[in-house]
Amino acid sequence: MNRASLFVPLGVFLLIVGIGYAGFRLNDPHELPSALLGKPFPEFRASLLDDPGRMIDRGALVGEPVLVNVWATWCPTCKAEHDELLRIGAETGIRIVGVNYKDDRGKALDWLVRYGNPYDFVIEDRDGSLGVELGVYGAPETFLLDAAGTIVYKRVGDINPRIWRDELGPLVAGLLGASEDG
Amino acid sequence: MAERIFVVLVLAWLGSGHAWGASQVDVYEFNSPAEEARYRALIAELRCPKCLNTNLAGSDAPIAQDLRRTVHRLVTVEGMSDGEVRAFLQARYGDFVLYDPPFRPDTWILWLAPVGFLLAGILVLLKLLRQPPAAPLSADESERLRKLLEND
Repeated sequence: MNRASLFVPLGVFLLIVGIGYAGFRLNDPHELPSALLGKPFPEFRASLLDDPGRMIDRGALVGEPVLVNVWATWCPTCKAEHDELLRIGAETGIRIVGVNYKDDRGKALDWLVRYGNPYDFVIEDRDGSLGVELGVYGAPETFLLDAAGTIVYKRVGDINPRIWRDELGPLVAGLLGASEDG
Repeated sequence: MAERIFVVLVLAWLGSGHAWGASQVDVYEFNSPAEEARYRALIAELRCPKCLNTNLAGSDAPIAQDLRRTVHRLVTVEGMSDGEVRAFLQARYGDFVLYDPPFRPDTWILWLAPVGFLLAGILVLLKLLRQPPAAPLSADESERLRKLLEND
């Protein structure tokens, strides 16, 4: 047995440590890759938060790019991202549609009065069934749809200035630019 | 003593059905016992998207309740087969909900690595077994060894 082979176990150990280190840094295991990226926004039928008698469907979301933001009053992170949504809506003019997820209508309407309403309209999803169609497993989640209603981006967690600058902002600018050209 | 207490605690924890138990209290009706058995098997097999290592049956997370309700609907109302239910959830929540990832170009290493490690182990073992026994010591070497041992 030569001397070099004594270092084989050390090498194997370092290899395992390296793979483990890379694996844990690779991505956050709590963040699931969306199965819906590149797919059309699912068909649905649901009522509006402020007008429960009116039903809308997928058709209300197509025609121009739109941000679909899944939120609830029980979700502290939704509060954290609220100002950023207001800013995005005001500065870029992109249409933002809310999905009020497993919430109480009264509380949700209060919230919009108190903190401001960035939404064009809010879809009510009291029992979370639209959430299941969207693969939602927590709030907030935000989807960016192009004019054809295809999901081009999904964010699990809050929309904050860093996400806006690095990921979402450029995509929105691209979509809005494209729709103006067309 | 401390070890015994530890063993008892571990057994108690395992016995409590931490990951496997059915902690949910949903009450659902089924058209047949076979349907109920399929529902139970599916929620035991599918993984809760919110919780890293709990199945739908064992999780109290609201999303797990929603998905159990969804699986119940798919099985009893929509009449989907097990494969269709799996595909339904996979299309929305991704491979994550299936504990076993599908065999695809980006996952083959997960499936084949264990076989690779086994083969590597067998090769190493064969190599070690085939090594000729060490040659006996020469007279010189025996002398040096004896001296080294005496010095101690």
